[in-house]
Amino acid sequence: MTQPILELKGVEKSFGSNHVLRGVDIDVAPGRSLVVLGGSGSGKSVMLKNALGLMTPDAGKILFDGKDVTKDQGKTREAMRSRIGMLFQSGALFDSLTVWENVAFRLLNADKVKRSDAKEQAIENLKKVRLGASVAELRPAEISGGMQKRVALARAIITKPDLIFFDEPTTGLDPITADAINDLILEQVKALGAAAVTITHDMASARKVADEIAMLFEGKIIWRGPASEIDRSGNDHVDQFVHGRADGPIQPSL
Amino acid sequence: MSDASTTKSGGFPNPLAWTGRGTLALFAEIGRLSMFSGRTALSALTPPWNLAQLWKQIIAIGFYSLPVVGLSAVFIGAALALNIYTGGNRFGAEQFVPNIVVLGITRELGATITGLMLAGRVTAGIAAEIGAMKVTEQIDALKTLSANPFRYLYAPRFLAAALTLPLLVLIADIIGVMGGWLVSVYALDFDSTTYIRNTMDFLTMEDVAVGLIKAVIFGMVIALMGCYQGSKSSAGATGVGRAATLSMVGAAVLVLAANYILSTFFVQIGI
Repeated sequence: MTQPILELKGVEKSFGSNHVLRGVDIDVAPGRSLVVLGGSGSGKSVMLKNALGLMTPDAGKILFDGKDVTKDQGKTREAMRSRIGMLFQSGALFDSLTVWENVAFRLLNADKVKRSDAKEQAIENLKKVRLGASVAELRPAEISGGMQKRVALARAIITKPDLIFFDEPTTGLDPITADAINDLILEQVKALGAAAVTITHDMASARKVADEIAMLFEGKIIWRGPASEIDRSGNDHVDQFVHGRADGPIQPSL
Repeated sequence: MSDASTTKSGGFPNPLAWTGRGTLALFAEIGRLSMFSGRTALSALTPPWNLAQLWKQIIAIGFYSLPVVGLSAVFIGAALALNIYTGGNRFGAEQFVPNIVVLGITRELGATITGLMLAGRVTAGIAAEIGAMKVTEQIDALKTLSANPFRYLYAPRFLAAALTLPLLVLIADIIGVMGGWLVSVYALDFDSTTYIRNTMDFLTMEDVAVGLIKAVIFGMVIALMGCYQGSKSSAGATGVGRAATLSMVGAAVLVLAANYILSTFFVQIGI
């Protein structure tokens, strides 16, 4: 069996008396696309932040390519970060930098690539996400939300990562732009041969980009299966979520 | 939520529990601030340095503060000369205006006024900028892109403030003394040449050095409070606004407290 590129084993995380993750077990194999579904406040973002090392779990283990990175903020974690890409929900582009400096941030700061070479690579990656060189010198505030997501995607793929995380990649976009972003994600992930972990509550996005889908509910993975099986999961929680019904075992968080 | 440890039977807060909880929270905050300060100072004093960011911050903190520091200094110097003249007049000691103005400005007011003005302009600005970066996930993005926020964000601001504050204080000293001279010569009928000669004769390098050493410490305090409050800003506009307010108030109080401690120290060692 292929060794998973990312494994979460019994991960728990609480904030005071709020137990957000209650033993999450999940893994993703190289080259596979896993989508984690879950309602608002289900702990999807906390799970992602633990996997990225932005939070430290209270219990459990996180393995990247077989190496334990649960509490490590040193060289092992740095090695992991050099092999991952991340697209944040808000894009998280740096306001003070131009679009190309955002895309080439890692090349300029961590990899110490010459500015002229880094700019060339940034423009090349902007083209991959259907953005022209004309946006390279603009600031993030000067481009639309959809374009910001494309820039963030270009930043996530520029180092040809082995694993890319997507946090609600289509949130706040109109359906057409959202579909275009999904197409780009799919195209770039396949082109890189990378594994992808996407957290979303957008079913259209999940159906489009997922090889496998998992459902996070009350801090645990309650169902996991191939994307093609999502409509025949046999799980009431999943069915309610997939069909977007207010009635069912999941109570809306009003 | 009320519980037995925090409320008496009548529902009033238990003062002992309230005091205890407040004390623990205070020590926890001091501990967090100390850890943050230590990590920032270590990142600022050890390579690699981010020179591009450092230069950007020197311009933002130092250069753009010149107008506010200059204006504050000239008015403080002028008001100081007027008050010393009025007070000295009661004892027939008006002739000491130039001496006391230069002593007051170089040892105390140049550094303190600069520190307080920058606590408002710079600290709040740093806290708001870093707070906004935090709530829009830009600090998380920095980490995932292998950039350490302590080296990329906090250390350049810390170093820039520590390096530029003494220069700003030096300028404030010159402009402040000039403010005193302007009022003395044009409003109080002092002779210009005599005023300048008295000022230069009375001024010592130690007095200037005292103000500059204070400025380095104030610079560190100003940058640290902005970075610290910004880094723990909670979500939303309210969180960022609160971080900016807390940083400004904290920096202003700490600048005044540090000023008193440093003044005591310099008096003790005879400078």
